[in-house]
Amino acid sequence: MADSRPAAAPPRNDGWHLTSPVALTLLLLVMVVAQGPLRGALSAPVMQSWTTVFVAVVVQALPFLVLGVLLSAALAVFVPPSFFARALPSRPALAVPVAGLAGAVLPGCECASVPVAGALVRRGVTPSAALAFLLSAPAINPIVLTATAVAFPHDPKMVLARFAASLLVACAMGWLWQRLGRADWLRPSARAHDEGLSRGAAFWGSVRHDVMHAGGFLVVGAMAAATLKALAPASWLRTAAGNPLVAVVALAALAVLLSICSEADAFVAASLSQFSLTARLVFLVVGPMIDLKLFALQAGAFGRGFALRFAPATLALAVLGSVLTGAVLL
Amino acid sequence: MNRQAQAAVLFLVGGALLHAGATDLYLRYVKAGLRPMLLVSGAVLVVTALMTVWLDRRRAGGNATLDEAAPPNQTPAAPDNAPPPPNQAPAAPGDRPSPPEATRAEPRNAPSLTEAEQADPRAAPPPPKEPPTHREPRVAWLLLLPLFALILVAPPALGSYSAVRSGTALQPPYGYASLPPGDPLRLSVVDYATRAIYDHGRTVAGRRVQVTGFVALAGDGTPYLVRMALNCCAADAQPVKIALTGRVPPVLEPDTWLRVTGVYTARRTRDPVNDGPIPYLEVMAAQPVPTPADPYDESWNQ
Repeated sequence: MADSRPAAAPPRNDGWHLTSPVALTLLLLVMVVAQGPLRGALSAPVMQSWTTVFVAVVVQALPFLVLGVLLSAALAVFVPPSFFARALPSRPALAVPVAGLAGAVLPGCECASVPVAGALVRRGVTPSAALAFLLSAPAINPIVLTATAVAFPHDPKMVLARFAASLLVACAMGWLWQRLGRADWLRPSARAHDEGLSRGAAFWGSVRHDVMHAGGFLVVGAMAAATLKALAPASWLRTAAGNPLVAVVALAALAVLLSICSEADAFVAASLSQFSLTARLVFLVVGPMIDLKLFALQAGAFGRGFALRFAPATLALAVLGSVLTGAVLL
Repeated sequence: MNRQAQAAVLFLVGGALLHAGATDLYLRYVKAGLRPMLLVSGAVLVVTALMTVWLDRRRAGGNATLDEAAPPNQTPAAPDNAPPPPNQAPAAPGDRPSPPEATRAEPRNAPSLTEAEQADPRAAPPPPKEPPTHREPRVAWLLLLPLFALILVAPPALGSYSAVRSGTALQPPYGYASLPPGDPLRLSVVDYATRAIYDHGRTVAGRRVQVTGFVALAGDGTPYLVRMALNCCAADAQPVKIALTGRVPPVLEPDTWLRVTGVYTARRTRDPVNDGPIPYLEVMAAQPVPTPADPYDESWNQ
């Protein structure tokens, strides 16, 4: 290992760094050359429909993603994290709901809220409050709520229900952590992301990183959504939608598996029109709090031991909280 | 993926969004109202790509002299390198500028960072594991897929395949707009179907109507004239169907766009997929037309 590194070093850092532009160029060339056969392979109706939905989800979500990334980069660069520590009440029990509500003013999707929550913990914010923020911010900020309102033009109550259920679950998780959480489960990585940068460089670096990172995961979600839309027989979803209990479980599982960005998930939920509004509320509350992508991000930011305990508890509380809210509001 | 490649991908994706938004291409995938956001976000991505390249070049050009410019490039690496110097040591010879800059960046940090750095030794094990996965978002390579799909393939709007698999999405209307005079009366598929089903054809009976949609054939061979109704993007598009009877063209190719002139008939049927109501239209003449610029029915957005 130590021998191979210097051998590979002289060109530059290591092989991967050097080759990615070359790999990109080669890939682009291959795709342009192979576009004829590629179009042929995609001309079957099912593949065409898959590709259309895939492109549609990405094209529709990217502007929202870019907007969220711009705002979160601006906040991350121009609002000092210490501001949040000062703004929060010193009593943890009070800090939890305040931090949960503060999530409403940090626009961005869950990919953005994980690093911010990590930074909050490093800056001395009590972990329960930071976790409430982590869970609420992706679900109740204006961009996501606006997207929800646009996606459910005939059900404005959906916006209120999403806001209430997400805030409820986020605070419940914060208080739960305060009672049961142990400091040694939480191992925030000591990454000081933007320190030492000029503000412009930090801003554009944050935008670039977040678009690339979140955009990649968005593609994963779009592929899953397109597969579901193009392949899953309508009867399968109709069967699941028929039984209220199965519907809730099915959409909770779908939210975890699809890992759609919270800025785009309302549109997918709107398309699941066979399901009851409560089941779709479960989808909208669970998705921004815990999914495969978030689990990976949380394990990276706080440690695997934390993620393994935090994720199942979040899932259970999110399902419970949104079913209760749905029963009251929808 | 390194910063150069990322800048290239950002540039291409931004360019693709601009291309889709500047032409009618985007109408195959999303609602018309998204155009301004598409253009703005495409421009932002292009600017981000240019800024990335510019900041890198400034850093490369003024490495020794420009103190301001040096950290930007190194910082993603610097905090990663800073906590575990022993682990990174083997890489240092090949990465000569890094160590001095990493050490230079540290003293400049805000006092609050020192807390984080003090906390760091306690949590020493995780950082070396985490940064490598975070520094190069490999998942970003996937961004090439929608780029290829949009630029090289440019799939058509959803058609008969999706229409036959989903049930008709006809909904009771809030009300009926009064119809203009004229013959034939031009109606959208959704408008005709709504009036035929929920108003029992009162406003359209006795008039020649003209509707445009694409052909889809049900499992039993019934020809439908369909328009996909869209709320936001093609993922939520749902079909609204009219069944054709009367002088239907003998050969109907699915996905052909037709302008059908006909009259209202009280006959109706049920969608085999979701049991939704489907009205019939008594066809007098049908004429192939090119795919409209906006293939979806967006009347539900208004």
